[in-house]
Amino acid sequence: MNDIQSYLAVASILFSLGVFTVITRRNAIAILMGIELILNAANINFIAFNRFGGMERLDGHIFAIFVIVLAAAEAAVALAIIINLFKNIGTVDVDQAKELRG
Amino acid sequence: MSSLLFLFLIVMIIISAVIVAISSQLIHSAVALLFTLFGVAGLYVFLYADFMAATQVIIYVGGILVLIIFGVMLTNKINTPSIASSSVNQIIGFLASSFLLLLQFAVIFKTDWPQKTFNESWGTGTTAKIGNLLLQDYLLAFEVISILLLAALIGAAFLSRRSS
Repeated sequence: MNDIQSYLAVASILFSLGVFTVITRRNAIAILMGIELILNAANINFIAFNRFGGMERLDGHIFAIFVIVLAAAEAAVALAIIINLFKNIGTVDVDQAKELRG
Repeated sequence: MSSLLFLFLIVMIIISAVIVAISSQLIHSAVALLFTLFGVAGLYVFLYADFMAATQVIIYVGGILVLIIFGVMLTNKINTPSIASSSVNQIIGFLASSFLLLLQFAVIFKTDWPQKTFNESWGTGTTAKIGNLLLQDYLLAFEVISILLLAALIGAAFLSRRSS
């Protein structure tokens, strides 16, 4: 039960649900939540491989920390952009944000 | 007992992630994301990653999720029908994500992964080792990512200020 396959399976389910969220949602904040799911799936993989590859070195943990930092930076900037979008066009529907569409 | 808890964590993660993906109320998705992130922190505990579990709870649940809920509340009109309930491309999304899922399952269950069992020498906690790695082998990456984080925070504050 507590073997690497179960962790990888959970991570791949999380990843697929994140991809589904990103593809189907039109609300920009919901898309951001899908991205968080994908990043969490990647983090589970990093830490599971680190643990089952023997924990002599903790490089996987370091990578997971960097992923979390990037997720924090990305969430801050993305929410600033989304709030600006809401102020300018009154909605956070990504299909409505088409000013720059060629 | 431990495997029962593990099963409970997995079920909680998957159910709340499904709610994140398909709930029609955006705030319900945000609350379900809370349970997903807590469940992932629990998985880190099972993987002997104590520092990562604490980091996950502090940064994701205490930081990013609060930010997301603030975003939901600042941009969602309560009375009008929310656009979160309308979703597009459901068939394409389902096909693409289930294709990815099957592909990953095929790889996961056909590969012979390394399976090191628990070693007593791990049992002293990971925080000191992570600190040594961050300030020795990964010092450059650590400094670069701290500057990136500072730049991202200044940029976010700049983007979201009220224009004069």
